[in-house]
Amino acid sequence: MIRVVLPQHLRTLTGVDGEVRLDVQEPPTQRTVLDALESTYPVLRGTIRDHDTAKRRAFIRFFACGRDISLDPMDEPLPSEVASGAEPFRVVGAMAGG
Amino acid sequence: MSAVRLLVGTRKGAFVLTSDGSRDDWDVNGPLFTGWEIYHVNGSPADPDRLYASQSTGWFGQIIQRSDDAGKTWEPVGNEFAYDGVPGTHQWYDGTQHPWEFARVWHLEPSLTDPDTVFAGVEDAALFRSVDGGRTWEELSGLRGHETGEQWQPGAGGLCLHTVLIHPDDPARMVVAISAAGAFRTEDGGETWRPINCGLRSGELPDEDREVGHCVHRIAMNPSRPDVLFMQKHWDVMRSDDGGESWHEVSGNLPSDFGFPIAIHAHEPDTVYVVPIKSDSEHVPPDAKLRVYRSRTGGDEWEALTRGLPQSNCYVNVLRDAMAVDSLDPCGVYFGTTGGQVYASSDAGDSWTAIVRDFPAVLSVEAQTLP
Repeated sequence: MIRVVLPQHLRTLTGVDGEVRLDVQEPPTQRTVLDALESTYPVLRGTIRDHDTAKRRAFIRFFACGRDISLDPMDEPLPSEVASGAEPFRVVGAMAGG
Repeated sequence: MSAVRLLVGTRKGAFVLTSDGSRDDWDVNGPLFTGWEIYHVNGSPADPDRLYASQSTGWFGQIIQRSDDAGKTWEPVGNEFAYDGVPGTHQWYDGTQHPWEFARVWHLEPSLTDPDTVFAGVEDAALFRSVDGGRTWEELSGLRGHETGEQWQPGAGGLCLHTVLIHPDDPARMVVAISAAGAFRTEDGGETWRPINCGLRSGELPDEDREVGHCVHRIAMNPSRPDVLFMQKHWDVMRSDDGGESWHEVSGNLPSDFGFPIAIHAHEPDTVYVVPIKSDSEHVPPDAKLRVYRSRTGGDEWEALTRGLPQSNCYVNVLRDAMAVDSLDPCGVYFGTTGGQVYASSDAGDSWTAIVRDFPAVLSVEAQTLP
């Protein structure tokens, strides 16, 4: 079971209160977690990754175990703490603006 | 008793304002989609309870929301706006070519007859159509594919398609406007398009009366006289009497002919409203006075409407989609400002009151007249 923490606006959009829990094939990667997330909540398609290219949107970052993993390869296995559910996979709206 | 519903899009959410036909007291519902930019909310003429809203942020992109109960509940529908084929390029600010990239939906225009059919004008400029209530979107790519498409260049607000006018007697005939490409018309339901900018003159262009490149801010049409169009261009208020085939200037005695919105009285097709703004450099009202100007002669002769509007220290703007009329008698006129006020007139502009004063910056106002 993978735990996913969404930013406030995406929690509102999905109607989720708190964390999302997903079943993801072992070993989980950024790509498989996001695929499962969008499959469970189709409204998130296009809000985290571009519809066409599947690239991360510019102001979205991914964190795991206190580390920014946004630039890690999409198919690299996530840390074991995330895979076990001990730590969440965090989708973060970057601080921008003023 | 009749009623009016105003659909207000702002920088930080949407609001639905309702009043009975007296238009004296307003209920304010909102904000909806708090924190998101709502470029436009619009209702279906065929089913006024069917609403569409364009919701976006720079973080999370574009969402389209749909309501089937007049805004009480909403459902996110399709948000995939994929350009048809290989998108190609348009001209960038510096004159180089730049790939077409979808940014947001500026304007939603429901069909006059079918609640499930709705058009979306987007940035970078293109027209999309949904025939399933917003679940899927298909580009009408004959517009962007016009031979001049590579010459289109963004205005300061982006390369946005912001105006969609559907002919009341022939839905295959539509007019759209793009900043800063100009106006275009189709007569075959969007398959093919041609520029309709003859008579527009833009001093900012090396060739000031060229076929495309004009920064059209807004076009208005009264359904009772669909071949007469009024345009607020970047500079100049223009009129066409032949569906856009040719244009002539009707700025007349306006204190400034720069501005964004333009609207037409519901029952008097020669009564037109604009909000003059000092200049493209300053984007504030002339003399710090917020004045709507009304022409009862189809242009050229304009009168200032000031009663109830601030006449000192006013530095707000009124954006292109932020003015609307209802169809009651007397005609109601409404507009929202970048300072968060929504003003209403229930006497065709003679006097104004602020329904609200402290909304986020208003991006759009639509008025629905309800039985």
